Amino acid sequence: MASALTREQHLELYYYMRLNRELEAQMARLFRQNKILGGLYSSLGQEAISVGTAYALGPGDWIAPMIRNIGALLVRGVKPREVLTQHMARYTSPTRGRDTTSHMADLKRRHIVAPTSVLGDLIPVMAGIALAGRYLGQKIVTMTWIGDGGSSTGVFHEGLNFAAVQKAPFVLIVENNQWAYSTPVEKQAALTNFADRAKAYGIRSEIVDGNDVVAVVRTARDAAEHARSGRGPVLIEAKTLRMQGHAQHDAAEYVPRATLEEWKRRDPLDRFEKLLTEKKLWDAKTKKEIDDRIANEIRADVEFAENSPPPPLESAAVGVYCEGCHTVEADWQRPKEEVMPPRSSVKAEWRFPAASPNGAKPPAAKRETPKAKSEKKPARAAARVKAGR
Amino acid sequence: MPETTYLEAIREAMYEEMDRDPAVVLLGEDVGVYGGAFKASEGLLARFGWERVIDTPISESAIVGAAIGMGYAALRPIAEMQFIDFIACAFEIITNYAAKSHYLWGAPVPMVLRGPCGGGVHGGPFHSGNPEMHFVHTPGLKVVCPATPRDAKGLLKSAIRDNNPVLFFEHKFLYRRVKEEIPAGDFTVPIGKAEVRREGKDLTIVSYAAMLHASLEAAADLAKEGIAPEVVDLRTLMPLDTETILNSVRKTNKLLVVHEDTRTGGIAGEIAAVVMERAFDELDAPVRRVTSLDTPVPYAPELEEFFRPNAAKVAAAARELARY
Repeated sequence: MASALTREQHLELYYYMRLNRELEAQMARLFRQNKILGGLYSSLGQEAISVGTAYALGPGDWIAPMIRNIGALLVRGVKPREVLTQHMARYTSPTRGRDTTSHMADLKRRHIVAPTSVLGDLIPVMAGIALAGRYLGQKIVTMTWIGDGGSSTGVFHEGLNFAAVQKAPFVLIVENNQWAYSTPVEKQAALTNFADRAKAYGIRSEIVDGNDVVAVVRTARDAAEHARSGRGPVLIEAKTLRMQGHAQHDAAEYVPRATLEEWKRRDPLDRFEKLLTEKKLWDAKTKKEIDDRIANEIRADVEFAENSPPPPLESAAVGVYCEGCHTVEADWQRPKEEVMPPRSSVKAEWRFPAASPNGAKPPAAKRETPKAKSEKKPARAAARVKAGR
Repeated sequence: MPETTYLEAIREAMYEEMDRDPAVVLLGEDVGVYGGAFKASEGLLARFGWERVIDTPISESAIVGAAIGMGYAALRPIAEMQFIDFIACAFEIITNYAAKSHYLWGAPVPMVLRGPCGGGVHGGPFHSGNPEMHFVHTPGLKVVCPATPRDAKGLLKSAIRDNNPVLFFEHKFLYRRVKEEIPAGDFTVPIGKAEVRREGKDLTIVSYAAMLHASLEAAADLAKEGIAPEVVDLRTLMPLDTETILNSVRKTNKLLVVHEDTRTGGIAGEIAAVVMERAFDELDAPVRRVTSLDTPVPYAPELEEFFRPNAAKVAAAARELARY
């Protein structure tokens, strides 16, 4: 069990969740002013998941956010100006105007992998990083997020199954926000709990109240510890509700008002503020200091983004290939000799503890006739093992 | 010096690169204990161990996805597609993810996707495909199609050392049918350079992979009739070495493109367009193509032979072009 959060950590969590919410509110205003183009996706009501799960990781760990995980990027050290310039297609953006939303990467420094709009790809990609990390002796964990809708893709299954077989140090957060665009969760899967998907892969799973940031941090820390210790991937289902439409254009009239009202009462920021007050972890002055700091940061970064130039036209034509602009050098944390001959050499044959590779046995015969007394169980078991070999 | 087959050359390239650089790992279906469906990776598990030679589930998207992740962590993964036809399962993650990564996010993906392509061995419609153009048409990928053991070895080494996703198409008809003496020691063949395989003056035949051999056979036959074709081996389809093609066309003034890929949307169309744009005035005849039919690869040997180009079909087209 992970240790309890300190007062400073509580305040830090509040800072990131509030920054997440205020930044998105500011972006909605910019969208209405036509300063943000294309799609703008809200994580209103889901901030505790992005922030709480990313907060459970260490600096050497890797994340791959989805579109509603701006909060995870902020925890990872991404600045509001990076998010703003990205959405506003400025040359100062992390992708120099080439991609939008949370689609940004920083492999070397902050260990961030970019998502695409195609759901599920990040699962095998993060499994691959997890395996590489283990191979290099780095003791890292990798994490990505997917929705209830994204869990229906083929690559979700392929990636999670592969990660499970390899016992990859990988944590998958399934954000069950009950809606995939306009499709309700009931039409996505015949499951009450998406955590049950983990059973199909033989991995551990947890269910957490996605609107309770303390519970999210605790669950994610336990999962990261489990994965890091070599016991295989963990799937965490975080239950929540998407409080706005799929994107800004979508009024989401298909979501029942009563459901929205019910979940509004569970708002993760309101709940966390109440907890901070009840536990006497802050006062009105502390809250105001944090809120003012956030307002100032956003104001300065909006100004930076608005004053940033669009990308020069000729920049579109270059950079398809890496032509020596990046160095590719692995961060070895174990002696290379361990993975080189002669130490790496093995006998190339399968080794199984039981007669069948995964210990599978035919189902036990139904007891239709009483067993003959002369049959000896140990002898039969020995014969089975022998036949299997 | 003993001769090396195309298949042995591929195995040697992987073996030597894994020996040289511990960042090189191999993953795919049946690549470890079994040594690969065509035995391309035989002996690698015994030498390099379970961490570096990884048998995977039947999950092409996961294989490619994991290879992308390994590349992000600065390994140099080689992912095998058991038959290149199955790469279609991973089409999305290759074209949407790996191909765009460097341009969009400045995140290079050092990764080789290799596997057996092509027909002529009666593998039927799901084990004989030539899907190279799907990937040539996707900016961000490199596509390599060697025809000889020396090139297979040297180009695979270059592909492993490249910082970009490289699709390495091994023609399975050539695996055990072509062999040659290849240089001892470490050498590479650069990606993106074509090679003139036979000098000539009457027309240029541009081809690659198994059809290079059909083209060379046709050229030898035509030489007996007094026709001297120049034969260019593309070796790499992306990036395409247009200079070598144009230089040859400027010399012979006639162009025939031969490929086993189907006709519509094949590389011949692109090469014809480049030659029209940049050397139209040099042409003494319309550009011609000899390709497979626009159908799936049929199974019956008679049908497959009718479907694919061969030396006789190449010679017939070249003869007509020479007379034009």
